[in-house]
This record gives sequence, structure tokens and C-alpha cells, in this order.
Amino acid sequence: MKAFNKSDFKLVAEFKFEPKPIHRGYAMRTLYVNVGDKVAKEKPVSEDTKKRFTGGKGFGLRLLWDATKPSTRWNDPENEIVIGMGPIAGNTNYPGSGKSLVVSLSPMTDVPIDSNVGGYFGPYLKFGGWDALELQGKSERETIVFIDSNEGLVQFYEEPAGLDQDTHLLAEELTHVFAKDAKDLQAVSVVSAGRGADHAPMSVLNFSLYDKRRQGVRVKQAGRGGIGHVLRDKKIRAVVCRFSGVKQNLNDAADPAAVQRLGLKLHREIVVNDDKQCKMRSTGTAHLMEVMNDYDLLPTKNHKYGQDPRGPEVASWVWEKLFSQNLPDGCWYGCTLACAHAVDHFLLETGPYKGTKVCVDGPEYETAAGVGPNLYVYDPQGILELNFYCDTYGIDTISFGTMCSFLMECWELGILNKERTDGIELTWGNWQAACQVLHDMADGKPFGVLAGKGVKFLADYFVKEYGADPKVMKDIALHGKGLEQSEYISKESLAQQGGYYMTNKGPQHDEAWLIFMDMVNNRIPTFENKAEALHYFPMFRTWFGLQGLCKLPWNDIEPADNSKWAEPNKVPEHVQNYYELYTAITGEPLDWDSLIRQSERVYNFQRVFNIRQGHGHRVEDWPPYRAMGPVFEDEYLAREERYDKQMKEKIGVDPAGKSTAEKVKITREYRLKQYDSLLDAVFKRRGWTPDGCPTPEHLKAIGMDLPEVLEVVNARMAGKA
Amino acid sequence: MIKYLKLHEDRCVGCGNCVATCSRTYFKKEDPAHARIQVFPAGSGKFHLVACDQECRKCVAECPVQAITVTAQGVVMINKNLCVGCLACVAVCPTGAMRYYPGEPVPFKCIACGECVKTCPANALEIAEKEDSPMSRLPFEAAAAAAKETLK
Repeated sequence: MKAFNKSDFKLVAEFKFEPKPIHRGYAMRTLYVNVGDKVAKEKPVSEDTKKRFTGGKGFGLRLLWDATKPSTRWNDPENEIVIGMGPIAGNTNYPGSGKSLVVSLSPMTDVPIDSNVGGYFGPYLKFGGWDALELQGKSERETIVFIDSNEGLVQFYEEPAGLDQDTHLLAEELTHVFAKDAKDLQAVSVVSAGRGADHAPMSVLNFSLYDKRRQGVRVKQAGRGGIGHVLRDKKIRAVVCRFSGVKQNLNDAADPAAVQRLGLKLHREIVVNDDKQCKMRSTGTAHLMEVMNDYDLLPTKNHKYGQDPRGPEVASWVWEKLFSQNLPDGCWYGCTLACAHAVDHFLLETGPYKGTKVCVDGPEYETAAGVGPNLYVYDPQGILELNFYCDTYGIDTISFGTMCSFLMECWELGILNKERTDGIELTWGNWQAACQVLHDMADGKPFGVLAGKGVKFLADYFVKEYGADPKVMKDIALHGKGLEQSEYISKESLAQQGGYYMTNKGPQHDEAWLIFMDMVNNRIPTFENKAEALHYFPMFRTWFGLQGLCKLPWNDIEPADNSKWAEPNKVPEHVQNYYELYTAITGEPLDWDSLIRQSERVYNFQRVFNIRQGHGHRVEDWPPYRAMGPVFEDEYLAREERYDKQMKEKIGVDPAGKSTAEKVKITREYRLKQYDSLLDAVFKRRGWTPDGCPTPEHLKAIGMDLPEVLEVVNARMAGKA
Repeated sequence: MIKYLKLHEDRCVGCGNCVATCSRTYFKKEDPAHARIQVFPAGSGKFHLVACDQECRKCVAECPVQAITVTAQGVVMINKNLCVGCLACVAVCPTGAMRYYPGEPVPFKCIACGECVKTCPANALEIAEKEDSPMSRLPFEAAAAAAKETLK
């Protein structure tokens, strides 16, 4: 690695701003940056925008809507990457308060994507006096945008020759270049992608945090929907933010003592209970590995199966040993849930960095499952290797895992062979082959570039080029709206199918995770029950993204007496904490209805945004059949007893004497009908038409009846859009 | 070595001199809520004393910005300029020796200065020394094990 000085970076343009203190969680202004014109300016936030859009993802979508047109596609210069923080973001007391929400028109789905990310960038940006950052335009040369929140500076630099491009080197280098001195390293955060993002839509933004103990940079990802590809299309090499002087209450809370009290209460709950509950502090979300395998929910071989006897080989206790322990591994200050674990001194066995020792951020559950059992990989070395290279190349581990498992199933089905994969043998469990796909993606080689386009594209391509059966391709390419499904088996839970596919952005688990409630505990048996859950869980979870909060401290830690309360699934005491925290910071009251209302406004605005871009139809909310039930006979046979029982009890058909093919067909017809009925119930509950369009009456009732929103809705309902 | 305030609870008479001296020294007021040593009545004329033992160092391990460090004498100190006020140290302290005052940004704890010792009429307090232990070394060993190697 060549060491650079700041003088190696050619300053192209510079803008000065008055750093503005935050008041009650808001700066009431946003920063607009155009990398094409090399211009930066500030925009005021109106009281009306604050009231309707709250912050974070709400502000992001508002700005993105205004910046783009119905005809705008992801690679048009007017498309933006907007990073929004939210009023609670940056407080150091309440665990999980350092999140930023990134939105952009997605290269994978053609509609707005939103992605929730940790790291220091968002809070550092906010403390310069900004509620959000818009990045627009396209640069001719590779550009680095530097925002100094202490000095009130926005600078555009040209990238010097020889600068590394993969994140683990680039972010480290830029941190050292833009820090004032060795003591200032923790004051710098870098947003970047990697070489994979140059070629693959399925790419991420990496948000860095400098880890004082590891003496190096670590990264968290805005992972879903290909925002890294947008960054690279704009020829932005990185966006760097510097802020020195974080302290308690930079949000200027209305009641700082209440913020402390609430934070300390949760800290204590975590310290006492975490070890008996999810063990987030020692294993992070990887604690789910054996739970999912035990419940037949761990994606195995492209979500065909949900468990395997080899599951324990990648269970949480394996990761606990590999993760460095006794370190405060939060992705923002004050997060004692500390789930951001890492494997240190990991020796790479493949690729351009083979033979070097690196710090691997993770794996988290989604990564361990996606590039593990879903590829039939049970070797931690393979999972870590794929984890590391996905991160440093700027590739989304979830989309990559789901895509690669699709490729492996296509190999098994005889659709792919060595001639068609540039010689890569994509057999189940061959993690070296999966790594090769990844390296080819970073190097821009044909098969890597093809794979990086995602399963929606690949399914069509294999039909057209290789004569694959279109029905099979449609069934097993696990995506919604073009986004690959994340890593839970949804086929035995109708509510979870809705939780994944009746989403605005595509099948990501952050809106609703209802599998246990629905399938294991049978608490929402009717369509109306499920529709209710598919209303309030997405609304509740959307709220985190408006505030700058992480979802995990809501229910990955629970008060010891949680089960004694009514509706323990909502973790009532923590919901109460959120009302009080919001009020303590903003000075505004909040209860359940007003919390849901804040989310409903933004959620419906996003749905209308999809409609404005020519999408948002009912048909786009259908899952591929692999997400709903057994596609193949052997898949049926793997759960024959369960499926036969369901046929008898729920469908009212006696399976005796029927061939497996007949039973697959009967199950399929039943499940498709069930999903169709669920769509009716959910759309009705959400105040939408049967085609999934929010009605003007509903928009009025929730306070989202803005003229430009009604215009889109009226045109759709009149059949004109 | 670890320098610390050794507590002889059996000798304490509960006069509160230590609490007054401590809060006066560091906060310029006499207020038990601002003292780095705490005296609790335990019944039957006995008292329970709380002050940092400087040895467990859970706060040192937990601090996300390494604002809590250990001096050459083995005393755990908070750097006010680095502290982000998250109170994680308060939460992990097993004895309640790490304290904060609502609305004030930085927590506080006993740093074995010895001021209270001078005002104790019962010889219940003493500045003493003890050896390092596996517990006291843990935060440094954990950080060293994860740190990047200086030579690749």
C-alpha cells in the first residue's frame, strides 16, 4: 500500500459553511452536493417537511422525489444518493442510535431503495449541522468529496494516481489522509464502495468507523439495492466526513437527563440479560444460525431446504470462538448491544490479497447464512473469505449469496456448465468457486459481470441463451422487484411471504419478521390477523429509519419480565422507551398512534414514489414460488409429512394414493390462492386499492395528501399511469 | 501495581466526612450525589462503603473511545475531553462506583487521591497498593489481541 499525503490530492473546488448546532435533534437544513458541477449549497428544511417526513428515510425520500423525474433511471445524473440521519441519530446514550438511512433510485429495482447503516459518517455529518446529504450529478474524473463538520468545509478532490480502490485499503488510506494527526483518526469516517461496485449492480456503500483498539478501519454496509453502483456511476471514489469533539447531548435534547436515564436503563438491561438471551455481545446476529437450522428456516441450497445435519458446523459457538471477545464492538458510541463483531488476523486463501492477514467485519447472520448453508458451505474459512471479499469489493453479501445459490442450483439442473461459467465449477459447497465469481466481478471479467446483474436478469438470460425452462427459472430466482430475498425460509409462513414481498423496496427482512409469530406460535391465524401484523410491524419498523435508530435493541434484548405484558411481541417497555426518548430529544409528545402515523406517511409516500416511477402494481408484490412452497418433487418429499398433513387438514384433500407430482400441484394451487387472499386483506388494511395504490382518502387521513402525491395517485387510479 | 482506596467497612462510623470532602474537592459543593465515595447505612450501626477498587476495569474495556485509561500508578481515570457521555461504564460497573449526575455530561469515580482519608475520624479509609490480576489485565490483552500487527 502506497502512503499518500493530502498534498497528493488535487483540490478542485471548495465551499465554506457556518457549522450549525443541532437544536432538539434537528439542524433544519440539508447539504446539497453536485459532483458534476462541483457545487455545494445548503437547503432549508421547512416545518411542514419536518412534520410530514420526520427525518432520516423520510427526508431522504422527499429530497430524492424532488431531485428526480418519473423518467429518471438509476444512472441518470439527476439520480441521487441521499444520506439522512433523523432526530435521534447521534445521541450517545441510547443503544443503537447511530444509524443513517440511504436512499437512491436502485439499479436493481428501478424504484427507491432504502438502506439502514451504522458507522460514524451519519452522526459526524449531522454534527456539522445537516439533517441529510444529497449527492447528485456525475463527475468526469474520479472524485473525493470531503466534508469537515468542524471547519464548515466541503471540498472536492481529484483522486491521485495509484490510490487503492478496494474498501479495506481505500478507507484506511483516506482516514489517515484526512485526519489532522494520529489522535484524530477516530474523527474521520469514509463512505466508499470497491471494484466490484464498478461492475455489479448488487453493490453496497461501506461506512467506516475507526477502531482505536484494532488500530484500523472497520466498515458497516448500506447493503441492499445497489447504491454502491450508483456511487461508482457518479465517479465518486469516496465521501469523507470529519468531526472531532463528540460529546453527550450534541443533539441539544429538550431533556438531556431523561436521555441519560433511558439509555442507562437499557445499558443495564443489556449487561444483565444479554448473556441469557441473544448473546449479541459475544456472537452478534450469528446467534441465529442454530435457531434457524433447528426450526427448518435456515436457507439451504437456494432456499430449497431449511436445515441440514451439518448446521452445527457453522453454529453460533463456532463464531463466538472466532470473534475477538471483550471488545466494545458497537457501530456507534454507546451501543452496548455491541453486535458488530469481527474476526481478526484472518489469513486469506484466495484472490488479490491471498496470504495477507485481515480483519473481517462479521459475519452477521445474513452473511453467514447467505454465503454459508445456502451455498451448502459449512466451512467457516469459506464464509469468512466470501464475507471479506464482498465487503472490500463493495458487494452485498445477501444478494451475492442468493444469486450464487441460484447459480449453483442452475449448475445442478444442468443449465450451467464450465463452458458457460468461464471454467468455474459451481457445485454445492464449492466456496472457492463462489470466491472466483466474486473476483471476476471485481476484475470485470464476463461471467463475474453477468452474475453481478442479479437473479432477475440471470433467470431471463438463461431462458434466452441456454433454453432453460422459463417456469423453473421464474420459480427459483428468488427476488422481488429485482432485489434478491434475504436469508430466511419464508415458504411455510404465509405472513412472512407478505412480510418479504408486500414491501416497497423488495424482499428485505427489515419490514416484518413474522415467522415465529405465524408459523411457530400460530398467533395470527386469520387473513385479518396477518393483515393487521403486516400493517403495524412494517409501520413500527419503518419508524427506526425515520429516527436514525437500529432495530436490534428493540427486540434482540428484552426486559426480563417481557412475557408478562400484553402483546410481548411488541416489547411494550421498549416501545415506551422510544416514546420517551423521542420526547426527551425533540420536546414533542409521542404515543403509539402518532408513532405509527409518522411511519404511515413516509411508507405511503414511498409507495406512491414507486407508482410515480411506473411501478407499485399488485403483480409486483408476488413472490417467486420457491418463497411460497415446494417447487420440485424432492423438495416436497423433504417435508412430506408436514405437507401431507396440511393437505388433509387445511386444503381438505386426502393425499393418500396421490402421486408426488399431483400433491405438489395441489399444494401450489392452494398456496397461490392463499397469497392472493392475503394481498386483498393487507392492501385493504393499508388503505390501498386492490392494485396496491394508496387511495386519496387514505392519504388525506394520514396527512400525506400533498398535491404532487395526489396527482400521481389520481393518474394511476384513472388508468393513466 | 494498583493504587486504590481500601475500605474498612467495619470501622466506619457513618459521619459522612469522606462524602463531604470528596464532593467539595471535585464539585465545590457538599452533595452526596456528587461524591466519588458512597456511604450506605447497613443497619445495626454498620455501614456499606462504595468506591472504585481500580482492579476490575470493566469500564476500561467498555469505553468506545478509550477515554477511560489506567495511570502508571494503576488508577483508572476518565479523560473528560474524550468522553462521549454514553454511560456504558456506569452500566457495567459491578459495584456502582462509577457514577453520574443527571444532566451532567461526564461520569465520575474515585481516583484514589486520598483526600477523604485525611478527614476520616475512624481510620476506615486507606490508600493501599495491590498486585495486577488477570482481571485488571483483560482489557489490555483483549485490545492487543485484536490490534493490527505492526509488521505484515
